[in-house]
Amino acid sequence: MTPKLMTNRRSVLKGAAAGGLLAAAPLAARFASAQSSAPIKIGFQQHSTGIGAAYGRWYGRTTEAAVKMINDAGGINGRPVEIVAEDDGTDPKRGAEVLEKFANQSGCDVAFGTLFSHVVIGSAPAAGELKLPYFVVSEGHHVASGMLNRYTLQPGITDVKSQVQAMAPYVSENLGKKVTMIYPDFAFGHDHRDYFSAAIKEQGGEVLEMIAIPPTETSFTKYFPKIPRDTEVIYHVMVGPAVLTFVKELGEFFGPSRPEIFGFIDSLEAVDLASPGLEFLEGTYFWEGNPRYAQEDQTSHDKMFREAVGVDANGASVSDPKDVSTYAHMFGCWETLHVIKAGMEAAGYQGPEDRAKLIEAVEAMTDMPQSDAHPQGPKRFNGKTHQVFGVQYISKVEEGKLVKVHTTSIEDTLYPDEVDYTSMSF
Amino acid sequence: MSIGTRSTILHLGLIALLFVLAFVLPSYHQGNLARIMVLATYAIGYNVLFGYTGLLSLGHAMFFGAGMYGLGLAMQYGGLGVIPAFAVALICAAVLSAVVALLALRTIGVAFMIVTLMFAQAGYLTVLYFGAWTRGDEGFVIAQSARQIAGLDLTAPTTRYLAALLLFSAALLITARMMQVSFGSVLIGVRENEERTRMLGYDVFRHKLAAVIISGTISGAAGAGYAVLFGYVGATFTSVQYSIFPLLWVLLGGAGTTIGPLVGTLFMFYLIDYSSGLTNAYMLIAGVVLVLLTLFARAGLVGEIRKRWVA
Repeated sequence: MTPKLMTNRRSVLKGAAAGGLLAAAPLAARFASAQSSAPIKIGFQQHSTGIGAAYGRWYGRTTEAAVKMINDAGGINGRPVEIVAEDDGTDPKRGAEVLEKFANQSGCDVAFGTLFSHVVIGSAPAAGELKLPYFVVSEGHHVASGMLNRYTLQPGITDVKSQVQAMAPYVSENLGKKVTMIYPDFAFGHDHRDYFSAAIKEQGGEVLEMIAIPPTETSFTKYFPKIPRDTEVIYHVMVGPAVLTFVKELGEFFGPSRPEIFGFIDSLEAVDLASPGLEFLEGTYFWEGNPRYAQEDQTSHDKMFREAVGVDANGASVSDPKDVSTYAHMFGCWETLHVIKAGMEAAGYQGPEDRAKLIEAVEAMTDMPQSDAHPQGPKRFNGKTHQVFGVQYISKVEEGKLVKVHTTSIEDTLYPDEVDYTSMSF
Repeated sequence: MSIGTRSTILHLGLIALLFVLAFVLPSYHQGNLARIMVLATYAIGYNVLFGYTGLLSLGHAMFFGAGMYGLGLAMQYGGLGVIPAFAVALICAAVLSAVVALLALRTIGVAFMIVTLMFAQAGYLTVLYFGAWTRGDEGFVIAQSARQIAGLDLTAPTTRYLAALLLFSAALLITARMMQVSFGSVLIGVRENEERTRMLGYDVFRHKLAAVIISGTISGAAGAGYAVLFGYVGATFTSVQYSIFPLLWVLLGGAGTTIGPLVGTLFMFYLIDYSSGLTNAYMLIAGVVLVLLTLFARAGLVGEIRKRWVA
């Protein structure tokens, strides 16, 4: 009996092994064309903790969904993609350390995913020194300004300068020409102050008053009397936890008669518009990088993107309607990963020795039509400035939801080059 | 063997070990250790005031920042080379620490902590206020091409490591020597019993003033070192958490010990580095470890070793 039992056990094991191989066969066939079947490792510098944690959570979910889609379609150059996520604490010092870890410890091929500008700027020198392609998803103007280096690119999200200047024509034609700006008194607010005031002047408008709010401020009532009486539009870009107080106090100050109000959704990313105190936003306008609420003319690409990431028609998680996404920004991770895929395939990327080829392949990119890889809209990449340009959206709050009222052209967002990274050596 | 000789051998041995490590460590750990040595220099500066003089500052980020911005702005707008910019950084940190000391030393204890915290917050807001030059919270990059001394590329990993070692060694040897001469003994006297030191005829205020200036200048040297070796200058480094870090590093390593700051910085760096690979709640792990150390190793890692096995 014993030998028979042994035979049986062996045959069962053999059968199981054969079954396992059969089960794995489609996977093997899918990645078979690659010279190496080792995964392509993408270091994901994630803001899991610190001030950027809400963004980090959604950047993570978007990244996961994009990688699943890429891998289901055969990976990159026939190789599966593996994400190596590391928390940078939304801190520039830790950010640079994380890049070193990606390059020298985890064996990552590229790094990607950083949002907050100070972390990008703090990490970029390390990327340049490590010769590690660094694809940021930040919307800062730092890349296109020429401040960084040849290894740092922003191909999946537009920058603040192009976003802000593209708003000026709509604001001056539809909302008013006399603008008062209220912005936080640090670099993000200063970008808005400088770029918007120049852009509105070009449209024949003027900024009557610039009200800078110190970053430590928790109450804003004392600043509102500075708003000139003949203001036609208030432009606001307050960010952080104080934004709810800001909106509430602004509502109390103006009561029922108020000027037009235009803001950047950055203020309310991951915040439910139904939050108490935000009723005052009804009828006001917002820039949106990507419309949070599914619109009447929703494209099949946006529908696919929402479903893949797990976002409902109101821009919240399908599993928790209170968990509102950072919809205006997170598409940048999806699109950047698809640019990395396209760049690696164009460069015939095999390993870290091909990093320079990858950069050159991305620099050679130009038009990116709207597609499942670019669900937010069509894009145009500028290889010299390492910055992508794309359409922007303006939405109006109607019955507590953001309804798209205007889509800019890509041309509205363009500005003269400030750098030519392609002239820098590797 | 006298205590002085033993301590000299220990310090020179540590420097020799760190030198050898430059050539044997894998590149990831070599990079980490370069960073750790710069940050440990900051902790050494902090230790002069906290560990030896007994003055708990909650505002040392302003001195670190004075060095960082002193060097960064001098290179960015003044077009200075690394060495003259480093000299500017030291002057900035020394002047700032002298001014702060003259005002803050009028207080003691908790009031001293609060006054230094307030000064540091003012420093942080000053960086934001002059955003046109400092680029505020975003900060700015020092170009890779500018980070050279006489053809030596400070961005090359081994050169950077050796430059960090030079900075760390200078701070270590200066403080070690300082504690071997009577000046250091008076600082310890101030820490242990200020009144008695005064009654013995020492000018306590002048000693405390000197301690703040030395501490602030070493911290500033670390800030300048960080800026030039890692290429970034930003307001985050002047924020309150960067005032707390050196306190933690020194407490962990052992306040009032010369190599404690390095050990504390090293321990904290790798604790976060490894635990962040395990969970996003790595600060919880760091917190628990800190609580345990506070409970069971009150003198810090080096302090406990000295207490239990050396002394």
